[in-house]
Amino acid sequence: MRTKLESALPYSLLAPTLIFVTLLIVVPIFQAFLLAFQAPDGSFTLEYFQKMANDTSFRDSLKFTFLLLLFIVPAQAVLALVMALLIHTRFRGHTIFLYIFAIPLGISDLAAGIAWLSIFTERGYLNSILSQLGILETPFLFLSYQNLPAVFGTIVVAESWRATAIVMTILLAGLQVIPRDYFEAADVFGANTLKRTLYVVLPLLRPSLQAALIIRTIFAFQTFSVVLVLAGRVIPVLAGESYTWYVTNRNPNIAAAYAVLVLIFTVAATWFYLKFLQTSTAEAGYD
Amino acid sequence: MRSSHSRRYISSRVLLYGSAIVLALWTLVPLYLVALAAFSTKQATFQWPKPLLPTDFSTETMEFFVNTRGVLGSVGNSVIVALLTIVASLVIGAPGGYALARFRFRGKDTVSLGLLISKMFPTAILSIPLAVAFIQLDLYDTIWGVALIHTAMALPFVVIITSGIFVGVPRDLEEAAQTLGCNRVQAFLRVVMPLALPGLAAAAIFTFVISWNEVFAATILTLRNRTLPAQVLSSLNDSPLYYRYAGGFFMIVPALIFIFLIRKYLLNLWGGVSK
Repeated sequence: MRTKLESALPYSLLAPTLIFVTLLIVVPIFQAFLLAFQAPDGSFTLEYFQKMANDTSFRDSLKFTFLLLLFIVPAQAVLALVMALLIHTRFRGHTIFLYIFAIPLGISDLAAGIAWLSIFTERGYLNSILSQLGILETPFLFLSYQNLPAVFGTIVVAESWRATAIVMTILLAGLQVIPRDYFEAADVFGANTLKRTLYVVLPLLRPSLQAALIIRTIFAFQTFSVVLVLAGRVIPVLAGESYTWYVTNRNPNIAAAYAVLVLIFTVAATWFYLKFLQTSTAEAGYD
Repeated sequence: MRSSHSRRYISSRVLLYGSAIVLALWTLVPLYLVALAAFSTKQATFQWPKPLLPTDFSTETMEFFVNTRGVLGSVGNSVIVALLTIVASLVIGAPGGYALARFRFRGKDTVSLGLLISKMFPTAILSIPLAVAFIQLDLYDTIWGVALIHTAMALPFVVIITSGIFVGVPRDLEEAAQTLGCNRVQAFLRVVMPLALPGLAAAAIFTFVISWNEVFAATILTLRNRTLPAQVLSSLNDSPLYYRYAGGFFMIVPALIFIFLIRKYLLNLWGGVSK
């Protein structure tokens, strides 16, 4: 009797979570697919996907979403790796620097976009500095549709600035479980810091690096308000199109089609990383 | 020999601190600048070139922002939604975290993997169908609806973080309390809870940050009862620059405080490799 009760205990403790997740995550995803694929009469349709694909912003939003990912994820990985390796040396005062590096963890992409807007806008701080240094006479229009690469660059900078913190905490947590012996052994064999990093630390850090890349790639597909703040709709992205179709055009079906597309890319990217970096999620174990 | 060794030591220290300071400035300068913009006069927004020091400190812009119609209400909504989210996700999620930390049971790996995956779902794929459903359920444009979806988003994090916290509370202590006459519930309340409390507080703060910062779902699910990010985002196109700076600064301030409060737990949030 006692043991029967005991064995049921974990399930009943988990039941509220599982019910809630089912009602507010599993069911909505199912309904999103219905919205995207079901005609008003209940039959299967690709009409909404066709409308989405024929939309003028569709190709651009696809292109820019992937371009942003291509620039932002590697930039974050490198920056975060440097930060994590620095903190991991546990130099005097490293806790203060850890706090500073982690601050963007608590900042939304909307607020991050606004912070960088104050820098990149026409009469913003960057133009002010450049003019005071005598480099510019008139402000450079970083955010104008006439300078598309510059607008794109500002988004890459702002988003890299914000989300590097997440990658750093994942990598730092990964560094901390690498046994000290490995570092000491490398020192004994006369490896310098660079060699030690390349041949000892990085291979051991692979599971964390993989976890960080998956998380960041997934969230890069959702990049949205930072783009809206800095570029308006000059640079369309998939999540932003979903938002616009729902809020401005009042069309939940096409909005859902975009959302389903984002989900498909998310799943594909996860699969790609797991396959490509050849470790299982269980090994990565980022829980 | 010795002096070349110490010279190498010094130059490596310089490199270490030098790069740490550069990276710290990279993080801090944008925060300083948006604060500077938020605490200038409205005219200063259009001044060019701008001073980089707070020479014309003024609360005019912040006052304008706070007194703009809808802003104070949205701040209130944001706080209420975040508190509801904290209570709901801890009440629902912490028992699950405890179960994952203390028991071995069939399906445990599946549950863990499922939670991991549910952290990853795009906000859009949840918010759009929920907005449609909430209209039918009369939850559209209410703080309850927003709190529900924020709880769904925070729940996987809370279960995973709290399970990490409960793993850290020695099982022996709990068993000792039980041999000394406590039942399971008493042992949990008197022994486990006090030890887990700082960690649970950190989980609560992190949940606050998730909810306070969430933009997409909050904007999709509300029309008049906006949260602060939804208010700022939806008025982006027809608000002056200084309004946006003040709004940005206002949203950032809690981050500075809360990340400081949970600095010890930072590495558990997104989860490192756990052994």
